[in-house]
Amino acid sequence: MALSNIYELYQTMERDNTMLSFKGVVTSDLLTSVLQIMESKLDHVEKSPKTKKKVYNVLVECLQNLYHHNEEIGQSEGLDFLFSKSALLMISKNSDHYEVKTGNYIAKHKSIELKQKLDDINALDKDGLRDLYKSVLSDGELSEKGTAGLGMIDIARKSGNKLEYDFMPVDDNYDFFCLNVKID
Amino acid sequence: MENLKLEGSAKTPTVTFDAGGGTLELKGRSIPENSVEFYKPLNDWIDAYGASPKAVTTVDIKLEYFNTSSSKCILDLFKQLEGLNGKGTEVKVNWYFEEDDEDMEEAGEDYQAIINIPFNMIEVEEI
Repeated sequence: MALSNIYELYQTMERDNTMLSFKGVVTSDLLTSVLQIMESKLDHVEKSPKTKKKVYNVLVECLQNLYHHNEEIGQSEGLDFLFSKSALLMISKNSDHYEVKTGNYIAKHKSIELKQKLDDINALDKDGLRDLYKSVLSDGELSEKGTAGLGMIDIARKSGNKLEYDFMPVDDNYDFFCLNVKID
Repeated sequence: MENLKLEGSAKTPTVTFDAGGGTLELKGRSIPENSVEFYKPLNDWIDAYGASPKAVTTVDIKLEYFNTSSSKCILDLFKQLEGLNGKGTEVKVNWYFEEDDEDMEEAGEDYQAIINIPFNMIEVEEI
């Protein structure tokens, strides 16, 4: 990377009002640190306790999604194992909203399932999301990893906006899942 | 039987289960990556408590945040208490939420709709 790119990178992050950005493997310790840093940053910049809680909540679920759903990805052609476990997280504060962006590799067969789930979520309004949350909560079972299948529904509820997403094709086996969550 | 006391951490709530007083309190935040591990000892304690409970069992939930993994474990805890209700003890839940925290208020209402034990919704300035 040319040295001038460092400045460009800085300018991009400055323009996007980036509060924190991370690229790498999301471990339990990393997750804890990011949450601590973001909590103290939010204490400084955000006056509304309500917004602070919503942003924090979305962050917790996004980070835990990255933590839980990145670990089973194995070897793929052209994709190094460690590289494929790597994820991206960016948090920015704009004048009237926050954005939490995540990116991670996902097996293609899981993309289809996830896309369906996200479309179903995006088709619902506030009350619909609450009903869906309630029914998954009362009927669903926890997976071995302790995931409840509620994360994306909760993110959508706290966000108050539609979930923006895309799946970028990487190779025959993997996509790169991009998610942008806007919180008013 | 012994009381259950766990100090809260950045990711887990303070637990104060008092068998003699029949009071069970969860306070703080509950955002562990795998909540099953954390909640298992709480379920075990309630099982043991159920063998000879107090006439009234009061459950105080004073949570600031909880993640979706915990939400399932909290439901299971309520289901366990629902099973005890009327069997030598009368269970009541006090659900605390901070002023203007609609999300936490709604979460309490949703549990109330699923679980057949009396809920008191209590609004406080700060948890």
